[in-house]
Amino acid sequence: MLQYIIRRILIAIPTLLIISFVIFAVLALAPGDPLAQFALNPAIPESTRELIRIQFGLDQPWPVRYVRWLTSLMRGDWGFSFGTRGPVIDLIWQRLPQTLTVVGTAYLIAVVLAIPIGIISAVKQYSIFDNVATFFAFVGFSVPSFFTGLVLMLVFAINLKWFPIVYNTTLQVVDWDTFTQQVRQMTLPVTVLVVQQTAALTRFMRSSMLDNLNLDYVRTARAKGLSDRMVVLRHVLVNSLIPVVTLIALGIPTIFAGAIITENLFRVNGLGALLITSINNSDTPVVMALTFIFAILTVVFNLIADILYGVLDPRVRYS
Amino acid sequence: MSHKRLWAWMTLMAVAAIILAACGAQQQAQPTAAPQPTAAPQPTAEPAPTTPPAAQKGGKLTILYWQAVTTLNPHLATGTKDFDGATVILEPLARYNEKDELVPFLAAEIPTVENGGVAPDGTSVTWKIKPGLKWSDGTDFTVDDVIFTWQYCADPATACTTKASFDPIANIEKIDDTTLKITWKEPTAAPYISFVGPQGMILQKKQFENCIGAAASTSAECQAANLAPIGTNAWKLREFRPGDTVIYERNPFFRDADKVFFDEVEIKGGGDATSAARAVCETGEVDFAWNLQIPKAVLEPILASGKCDAIAGGSFGVERIVVNFSNPDPALGDKRSEPDQPHPFLTDPAVRRAISLAIDRKAIDDQLYGPTGEPTCNVLVVPASVNSPNTKCDRNVEEAKRILEEAGWKLNGSVREKNGVKLIVTFQTSINTLRQSSQAIIKSNLAEIGIQVNVKAIDAAVFFSGDPGNPDTLNKFYADLQMYTNGPSSTDPQQYLQGWTCAERASSANQWNGNNDGRYCNPEYDALFEQLKVELDPARRAELAIKMNDLLVNDGAIIPLINRRTPNAKLKNLEGPTFNTFDSSIWNIATWRRVP
Repeated sequence: MLQYIIRRILIAIPTLLIISFVIFAVLALAPGDPLAQFALNPAIPESTRELIRIQFGLDQPWPVRYVRWLTSLMRGDWGFSFGTRGPVIDLIWQRLPQTLTVVGTAYLIAVVLAIPIGIISAVKQYSIFDNVATFFAFVGFSVPSFFTGLVLMLVFAINLKWFPIVYNTTLQVVDWDTFTQQVRQMTLPVTVLVVQQTAALTRFMRSSMLDNLNLDYVRTARAKGLSDRMVVLRHVLVNSLIPVVTLIALGIPTIFAGAIITENLFRVNGLGALLITSINNSDTPVVMALTFIFAILTVVFNLIADILYGVLDPRVRYS
Repeated sequence: MSHKRLWAWMTLMAVAAIILAACGAQQQAQPTAAPQPTAAPQPTAEPAPTTPPAAQKGGKLTILYWQAVTTLNPHLATGTKDFDGATVILEPLARYNEKDELVPFLAAEIPTVENGGVAPDGTSVTWKIKPGLKWSDGTDFTVDDVIFTWQYCADPATACTTKASFDPIANIEKIDDTTLKITWKEPTAAPYISFVGPQGMILQKKQFENCIGAAASTSAECQAANLAPIGTNAWKLREFRPGDTVIYERNPFFRDADKVFFDEVEIKGGGDATSAARAVCETGEVDFAWNLQIPKAVLEPILASGKCDAIAGGSFGVERIVVNFSNPDPALGDKRSEPDQPHPFLTDPAVRRAISLAIDRKAIDDQLYGPTGEPTCNVLVVPASVNSPNTKCDRNVEEAKRILEEAGWKLNGSVREKNGVKLIVTFQTSINTLRQSSQAIIKSNLAEIGIQVNVKAIDAAVFFSGDPGNPDTLNKFYADLQMYTNGPSSTDPQQYLQGWTCAERASSANQWNGNNDGRYCNPEYDALFEQLKVELDPARRAELAIKMNDLLVNDGAIIPLINRRTPNAKLKNLEGPTFNTFDSSIWNIATWRRVP
């Protein structure tokens, strides 16, 4: 087992190097200029912009820049953002709480909702409950978040005025009043994310349950005279959860990637919003740091999912 | 498991999740803290704000920008939002108001030739600053801080965005504690280029002393200073989350501290312009929203709610069509769009004249811009003193057809031609809903007079990039017509008008960096520009500028369409915001107040 983990980690190193190289190359080859906003401003002539690009090291060929980026990363230095001229890592630490609060809560709620819905849908296949759940799952799948987000915003924030449309990231939860404020401002973005994530997980849970429900051991359990509840919860559920747990583990890195559209729409300004504005402003150091951290998390959680699989399912052996 | 119990269990979990998340929110990372003042925060010289707290005074001013402030050092700005974020803390010597007049801020008065501040030969300018000014940490503001700001940006390694406004300075001399004399490298008719407006905000020497050169972005001390500058304006920094929110609190050392209305100012960033407009006009969550670049059809109903006022005026720039005087034919290979390759038909003044006459500016304005623009015939519209009254550009399709007929361009099917040259143009612009709709209107306008238009839309990041390696930049202009917005950045139009001189023509020789992307070249225009360069009398300069504008427009060097007046919006009970062409939208924020 330990050997397996060590081997996996060793394989991960070249994978991560290749990922970082590809991302860097794509960013370097894409057009863009950190000062593009001033492109036509006669007060900020091209010569000034050129000077700033040189200061940022952007005049160097990109392979040279990549090697520089990698060597300073080895020393633990993520570089400074072109936008803030401050350390990239500070920006990420500042944004992380917002993202964890909103995207993390949404993920948690989605998991908590999806598993029971999936179970009931499978046990009572083709019942009204199943049909309704299926309907909403497909709506959640197919309607993009910018649409649900805008609709929710128009109805509940602008017309009914139940929730604010500007998310206050500086709100400190100290008492009941600020707590309700926090819940109110989280409601809409969290709902948008829950709708999407629950949809996918519900379908997965349902089909995993259905796979197991028709197997021989279930029939045996029933034949033994076990109650329906015991059969479903003790036998079918435990076995069906194996693939679902891995799926949930694999989804955790996406929490850290933030939710680009939802965060932007509701001004949550977490990691997703940071990523998209940095891409738009050609703030390469920030984009590199975010995507690279995301790559590391993906690799790590893949490993965790594989290990979990072995723990949950004794038939899986590592060699 | 019964359904009832299942639902109860799920509800419980959901509540637990929310509580957990809320607890997480408490432990948010420490934001950049404002540096603590070295002296006691209570001013000694100035009367403490002891005026009886009027019932309505105080409170919080909430401002919403759809682009978030990322640095508070205006000299390292990467967008207008950074200049504006810094404006709440820092001040220049003087700023422009909505009438494009200078208003003294740190300066005691505006130097002029009459009061002896501006040397009549244009070689120097002498500024007097207000006596007794203090920084928000309680230390004295002196002339040394002004001189330091110049030294900071004059070093190319600092990489100041605002460097061009300091470049003309040869030397700054400290006459006494409140007087300084700027000597220019060469005589200039624009004495207010440095230390004025958003580009001229003054940094504290004490705070930034060690930040000249590359250290400005790399040293930890300077990185912290960039995010928390000490200033002289009505507020100082409380908390800054780059790319998200800035919160400011009262600066007790401000010279007019007792007149400042709001206790706290917040600038929140992010999102999009449409929901920013809604947050002011429909939900009233914020007091002021900036730069509402929204199509008319969306903006007008939002503004109609009656809770807010749109503030529009001046000029955000003139949306124009640039005519390519050189030949963009791909067959020319390396010689493509070079100034020595004349365009096959756009060099004919009749064609340019006909295009200008055929375009329906009024329809573009009515259908697309609405409150955010107005048709214009001039390429130079601000300040008002140089907006030419002489030009006309009413739509006249018959006249346009007649001009083309007379010049020998005959209809062959639906497209005109002469000597085998067909009037088929490629018309490019950046990707933007408004621009693609304008392109469609112009395409149909020109089809009416027998000119076929092939439209092309290019990603803004490429179009405006100036990247010499990319064929789709506006600088290379590998098309016949192109459309974008531009305008002068200072009240003196010389820099802007230089963009149509022969020397500025973009070509491979100057890495396509010349400002004259249309490659227009007219000895008559160049002669006028030479006169403008040496003319020091403001009235004569305005006259020359108008003449040059008229020449460009009448010669069809450029086809102006819309004077853009991108609006800001404010709540009805907020008083103070004005439009502004040459300065920040919040230039006078210290005087803003809430009215009943």
